[in-house]
Amino acid sequence: MYGFEAMTFNIHGGYLEAIVRGYRSGLLTAADYNNLCQCETLDDIKMHLSATEYGPYLQNEPSPLHTTTIVEKCTLKLVDEYKHMLTQATEPLSTFLEYITYGHMIDNVVLIVTGTLHERDVQELLEKCHPLGMFDSIATLAVAQNMRELYRLVLVDTPLAPYFSECITSEDLDDMNIEIMRNTLYKAYLEDFYRFCQKLGGATAEIMSDLLAFEADRRAVNITINSIGTELTRDDRRKLYSNFGLLYPYGHEELAVCEDIDQVRAAMEKYPPYQTIFSKLSYGESQILDKAFYEEEVKRLCLAFEQQFHYGVFFAYMRLREQEIRNLMWISECVAQNQKSRVHDSVVFIF
Amino acid sequence: MGERGRGCCPPMDLMRSEPMQLVQLIIPIESAHLAVSYLGDLGLIQFKDLNAEKSPFQRTYAIQIKRCGEMARKLRFFRDQMSKAGLPPAARSVTQDTSLDDLEVKLGDLEAELVEINANGEKLQRSYNELAEYKLVLHKAGEFFHSALSSAEAHQREQASNQTGEESLETPLLSEQETAIDSSKQVRLGFITGLVPRDKSMAFERILFRATRGNVFLKQATVDEPVIDPASGEKVEKNVFAVFFSGERAKNKILKICEAFGANRYSFHEDLGKQAQMITEVSGRLSELKTTIDAGLVHRGNLLQTIGEQFEQWNFLVRKEKAIYHTLNMLSIDVTKKCLVAEGWSPVFATKQIQDALHRATQDSNSQVDAIFQVLHTREMPPTYFRTNKFTSAYQEIVDAYGVAKYQEANPGVFTIVTFPFLFAVMFGDWGHGICLLLATSYFIIREKKLSSQKLGDIMDMTFGGRYVIMLMSLFSIYTGLIYNEFFSVPFELFAPSAYVCRDPACRDATTVGLIKARDTYPFGVDPAWHGSRSELPFLNSLKMKMSILLGVAQMNLGIIMSYFNAQFFKNSVNTWFQFIPQMIFLNSLFGYLSVLIIIKWCTGSKADLYHVMIYMFLSPTDELGENQLFAGQKMTQVEQSVDGEILFSPYSILIISDETLVLLLLALVSVPWMLLPKPFILKMQHNRHQGESYAPLPDTEESLQSGANNDSHGHEEFEFSEVFVHQLIHTIEFVLGAVSNTASYLRLWALSLAHSELSTVFYEKVLLLAWGYNNVIILIVGIIIFIFATVGVLLVMETLSAFLHALRLHWVEFQNKFYEGDGYKFYPFTFTLLDNEEE
Repeated sequence: MYGFEAMTFNIHGGYLEAIVRGYRSGLLTAADYNNLCQCETLDDIKMHLSATEYGPYLQNEPSPLHTTTIVEKCTLKLVDEYKHMLTQATEPLSTFLEYITYGHMIDNVVLIVTGTLHERDVQELLEKCHPLGMFDSIATLAVAQNMRELYRLVLVDTPLAPYFSECITSEDLDDMNIEIMRNTLYKAYLEDFYRFCQKLGGATAEIMSDLLAFEADRRAVNITINSIGTELTRDDRRKLYSNFGLLYPYGHEELAVCEDIDQVRAAMEKYPPYQTIFSKLSYGESQILDKAFYEEEVKRLCLAFEQQFHYGVFFAYMRLREQEIRNLMWISECVAQNQKSRVHDSVVFIF
Repeated sequence: MGERGRGCCPPMDLMRSEPMQLVQLIIPIESAHLAVSYLGDLGLIQFKDLNAEKSPFQRTYAIQIKRCGEMARKLRFFRDQMSKAGLPPAARSVTQDTSLDDLEVKLGDLEAELVEINANGEKLQRSYNELAEYKLVLHKAGEFFHSALSSAEAHQREQASNQTGEESLETPLLSEQETAIDSSKQVRLGFITGLVPRDKSMAFERILFRATRGNVFLKQATVDEPVIDPASGEKVEKNVFAVFFSGERAKNKILKICEAFGANRYSFHEDLGKQAQMITEVSGRLSELKTTIDAGLVHRGNLLQTIGEQFEQWNFLVRKEKAIYHTLNMLSIDVTKKCLVAEGWSPVFATKQIQDALHRATQDSNSQVDAIFQVLHTREMPPTYFRTNKFTSAYQEIVDAYGVAKYQEANPGVFTIVTFPFLFAVMFGDWGHGICLLLATSYFIIREKKLSSQKLGDIMDMTFGGRYVIMLMSLFSIYTGLIYNEFFSVPFELFAPSAYVCRDPACRDATTVGLIKARDTYPFGVDPAWHGSRSELPFLNSLKMKMSILLGVAQMNLGIIMSYFNAQFFKNSVNTWFQFIPQMIFLNSLFGYLSVLIIIKWCTGSKADLYHVMIYMFLSPTDELGENQLFAGQKMTQVEQSVDGEILFSPYSILIISDETLVLLLLALVSVPWMLLPKPFILKMQHNRHQGESYAPLPDTEESLQSGANNDSHGHEEFEFSEVFVHQLIHTIEFVLGAVSNTASYLRLWALSLAHSELSTVFYEKVLLLAWGYNNVIILIVGIIIFIFATVGVLLVMETLSAFLHALRLHWVEFQNKFYEGDGYKFYPFTFTLLDNEEE
């Protein structure tokens, strides 16, 4: 029923779309960021944030603040909002909302498994997990010794189970394996999410496929850059790329054989949407790449709000909030460590 | 009204909002805090934010505000602790003078003490909870082992008798183990006991099974009461479990899983004697801990008690300080850092009081320099401030809910005080119901002092706020009820006996032929004889309908006259000549005429059909009215004949043909272009003239320096002729159509009044009289109860609400759209009296 969402969308999705648009208007603006960047202490940041929607979450924090507290409270707000939306949602929106959290789930699984590998305390690791990606038996992950056990013990109960079909091996876990596992899982997750959105059809499919394709391409570039100089073979690398997106399939062929960052650049510049990103970088400067990608992503996410009657706004809102929390974390860190000159390095203005 | 200067009328404060002035205060920095505090007590000045471009933490007093915020946080913490302990803060006692610094230290100490006590208490509580859990495990696990042992023995005996060695599914695992141990001396089984949250127990069991590939035996028993979890301190439903396993690797895995599930493990001995010993030991320690915890709680309670005594006072002080510093932050600081410059609006009458407050502040703070007070000139629109009292404020609220009056605009609130309850009463005419309302509202008014200090519910609060509105509403509905002669829909012969009597003593033909008039007309209101007669409805409908139109036309005329006063006040003669006068003519030539006809018809008893008159006035204005003629000259082709009004109403002139309606129609038609065309052209002319002049004078430099932010409002507004014309067009169309639709809208007075009286008749006759007819006490009681509920629920509550809403609409739409702009903004003075009410 493409083009006819306007007739029926609001029956189930109208209330939540209104809610999410309301949430979105609570995002910090460029003026807020300007003020935040001028803060001298963390208390200043708290004072400024207390005038925003974060106010109720921070007002009862006693004075010597830490960056982690700020980030934790801000994340708590996001989680509260997410839970509110999830409880109000009906099918298929509730599934869509759940899909948004799978990415965090994968990150959490990897975090715990890596942590136990390096013999960290499980409780300490649990505190570091993103609250959106929590599931019941997450702490049990520490028991597993290899992928097969990991799957059989814990993950079979989680929504991540189907994504594991690619990477069940009996090899013992090590850093390399885990990283491959993360990327394989992510690939399966993105593809599944992509298929789900296509199934939903309409404006949701159109907008989400654009956003997810960007995500997939960004991951492909990151995988390529990070695997340069490691023992990952070209074929293995090729296997980690998601099977959709702008770069699929010919871009992937080129990326798979890249040996240094300049080759990546050469491969990417053939794609007009990414040309602008790479043209900003001077040669050999890869750390700004993240920021450039984030900026592009934020731009695309904001555009998702321009259209009505689709689920993309939920995805976009969650992503924007996460970006905002990343910004707040960066600003607070810079303020706390007296590195105010670097404060603009990583902040991505949303509006 | 409006001519306060001329002195012909007494001043009406409510009619025009208070004259305001923009004042500038230059306060030496040492006395600033005190001065702002005094001004807050006074509550007659609204400060402007002069640092709007600065972010909150860049302002001068950011640190103090942060301190206040910190103190407020501590106070919130105390309040939280007190409400958890069930201690309400005491009412505010006498205010001692404590300085902010002392208070800060004190609050800090108290918080530290409280936190320490809490931490100690928590530690003790935690170990107490752990022991309590341990005790539970000892009991429950003891039961497992006991039952397993007994069944094992039974099984052994059975085995001994049968010697079959076959195993059934029911064979207890433990007994099997014992037999295994007996027979082959194999690996000894380990076991772990503990507690796991019930909602996780299924997953726990599943994971255990998977992790050990089924080589495990888990036994669980539910604990009936929720257990307090030592880690979180919350009540959780839990299961006691015992896991049996073999081998060291399995043990490690199980331990890890236990940890992951938040299952608390407790050691347990198989030996029965040791178990008993453990139980007594644990119980002993439990009771010991209990006394320690209780002592700690008493100490904490005492501390909270002392905090509670002064809590409200501290809270108020902190809020007050915070408000003062927020205000100080709005002042701009002088370059020399010696004084603060404040700008704000204040009513003209408050000048003396403000100066006094500033002077007192200077003296009390031993400052060398006095604060400077000066009035600034500005073109900015001042805020609207009405000095209302507890009686008038509710009526002003009704007007403000629609829109705050423009500065010094004629305030409809003055008339609302009477017209609002009156129009309500027209729809709610029943003096029985009126008395009920009056009783209810007098309860609120008598207990005013007590009720205003406590917090009421949402709806109660609203009713309480409008108590004086309801009082007038009820008084007026008693009045209209007497006119309608309705008391719970029962008529009374209050003022005289009915004027009508039956033709014969048996009263047989009362409903067929009718009654005859025996006495003088009933002196006040509707004759009770109408009630229940066949012609009751047509009679009352005609009465109420005509009355509604009369009231409506009167109120709309009042609205148009108000626009005249506005035009006079703001010296806008264009509005007088090209808005007020044609509007008056238009409305009165159509509906004023109708009203006159109604009155004449009432006075003369003519049988003319007014519908016919009004409709044919448009359809064929030149035709003769025939029997519908009410007075001479009603149709008149020559204007001269109509001039002398006296003749028209003289009794001789009835039924003499003449053509006045034509004149009225022509007047109404002429007034439409009169409203529409001249005003935009005149405005354009005025604008062009102004533009020619405004090249010459340069902006007054001194003034523009002083009132820095507002010089953008100095220039003339853009003049767009088409916009003005379209605006005037819309306005004219709105008025012309509105004259018809608004008059029709006033018929709601009749409709609601009809609905009210019919409803109360139904409840009275179909419930009360019906029940009465059965001659049965029970039915009568039930009937009375239903009647009371219906009367209170439907007539007193819902009807009041609907009549209120309709009266509101008649004021907002039909009355106020004739003159009221309502685009002003309210005067919000900086005052401490509001601090109490606002909850954070």
